[in-house]
Amino acid sequence: MPDPLLSLSALDAHYGDFQALYGVDMTLMQGEVLAIIGANGAGKTTLMRSISGLSQNAPNQITYINQPIGALRADQVAGLGIALVPEGRQLFPSLSVEENLLIGERMGRKGPWSLQAVFDLFPILEERRAVASTSLSGGQQQMVAIGRALMANPDLILFDEISLGLAPVIIKSIYDALPGIVGSGMSAMIVEQDISKALSVSDRLYCLQEGRVALEGASQGVSREAISAAYFGVGS
Amino acid sequence: MDWVNAVVQGTLLGGLYALFAAGLSLIFGIMRLVNIAHGDLIVLGSYLGLVVVTATGMHPLVALIVAVPVMAVLGYVLQRGILNQTLGDDLLPPLLVTFGLSVIIQNALLEGFTADPQKMNAGAIETASVSVGGLQLGVLPLLTFAIAVGVIAALQWMFYNTALGRAFRAVSDNQEIAQLMGLNRRHVFGLAMGLALAVTAIAGIFLGIRTSFDPAAGAGRLIYGFEAVIIGGLGNLWGTLAGGVILGVSQTLGAKIDPGYQILAGHIAFLVVLAVRPQGLFPRVSG
Repeated sequence: MPDPLLSLSALDAHYGDFQALYGVDMTLMQGEVLAIIGANGAGKTTLMRSISGLSQNAPNQITYINQPIGALRADQVAGLGIALVPEGRQLFPSLSVEENLLIGERMGRKGPWSLQAVFDLFPILEERRAVASTSLSGGQQQMVAIGRALMANPDLILFDEISLGLAPVIIKSIYDALPGIVGSGMSAMIVEQDISKALSVSDRLYCLQEGRVALEGASQGVSREAISAAYFGVGS
Repeated sequence: MDWVNAVVQGTLLGGLYALFAAGLSLIFGIMRLVNIAHGDLIVLGSYLGLVVVTATGMHPLVALIVAVPVMAVLGYVLQRGILNQTLGDDLLPPLLVTFGLSVIIQNALLEGFTADPQKMNAGAIETASVSVGGLQLGVLPLLTFAIAVGVIAALQWMFYNTALGRAFRAVSDNQEIAQLMGLNRRHVFGLAMGLALAVTAIAGIFLGIRTSFDPAAGAGRLIYGFEAVIIGGLGNLWGTLAGGVILGVSQTLGAKIDPGYQILAGHIAFLVVLAVRPQGLFPRVSG
């Protein structure tokens, strides 16, 4: 078996004074798409913050291409090719749409993604490239947030709740775009509340419950009953 | 005609105040740092110019090519070494640390240069004037104003047209997300302080040519700088220039009424703006 792209071993993480993750083990192979599901407060966002370097951990708790990255800062992690699409979009309000995308590019990593490639993926953004990012609709802002992460040409892209607060038709169009993103060999981790959406785009899933891995398995192989047991911590 | 003259002279004086204020405006805009030592750093710039002029015999304006990079490096080191550690959710630590820095700079200058007033001699340019429509305009104030406009135009251009400016705005908007884009905020803040102190060096040298200065002269420059920033509106560089001009014009008009009113008139103009429009005349349009 080849070495994993990313592996977490016994990851403990805190959200303020509160311990949010307890001994989480996880592996992600090159080119794989993982879904991370779990109820509110299960530790999904803390997991994203830990991997992306927004919160610090012990060095060996997170390994990326055989290199300990748990203690690196977010800008250093970004330089290694991990990009995060943060929960709630979090665009830069004083930058235009185009500038928000361009700032993603400053790592200078080579790859298929460029301003034009993002505009081809989301044509509406080309039309609105010069406007302030705050004047976009929620769905368009999400497209900018995804495009901004892609502009870094990452090897691993993390999506944190990309459908949160968006209309179903918008969610559908964003999920329709996902195969075009991860099809190019990019690995991905998708945090999602909508379980059927998460299952449909992922190879494997991890279900978190109160900071621990309650279930893992192939997305097509796990039963709905097993998921609801792991999700709510009842049954089985 | 005397009144027109007072307004024109005040406008030119406002250029110097805008130079005092530009660095202050820049660092507050980017990292929400209120730098109490800014006035003393301006005076430090004046002394640095003096040392260069004395050591090499250069013209003070030529000494800018030494003073500007030296102050820029000092700014970067100061930010990375000390000020970054004070930044956080609380506004108080940077205030206290820069206040301490102000005391240290003043006393170090006192130790090194005594309390005697100093002045840089720029030769004929100090007294040269040109006649425009019946007004006698000093070449030095005209040059100061032109440099102030040039500096602010350059900063504004850098802010909105370069990758560095984009990085400044992104870090100012959201430090965490900017880190995700690979921007190390500590380095970006260092660059911002370096840039601010480069402008401060220019302000210090023009101050040192225009008037005499001593180690305690910083506090007054800090007040004028603050007032220009607040009048113009926080985070707006052209507003800062306008604020400097309003301050300068108020002072010269005040002096026209009675020479004793010069300083007071500037402060009153500031208080009126603060009372009527606390956000300043041209606040940055957010969103």
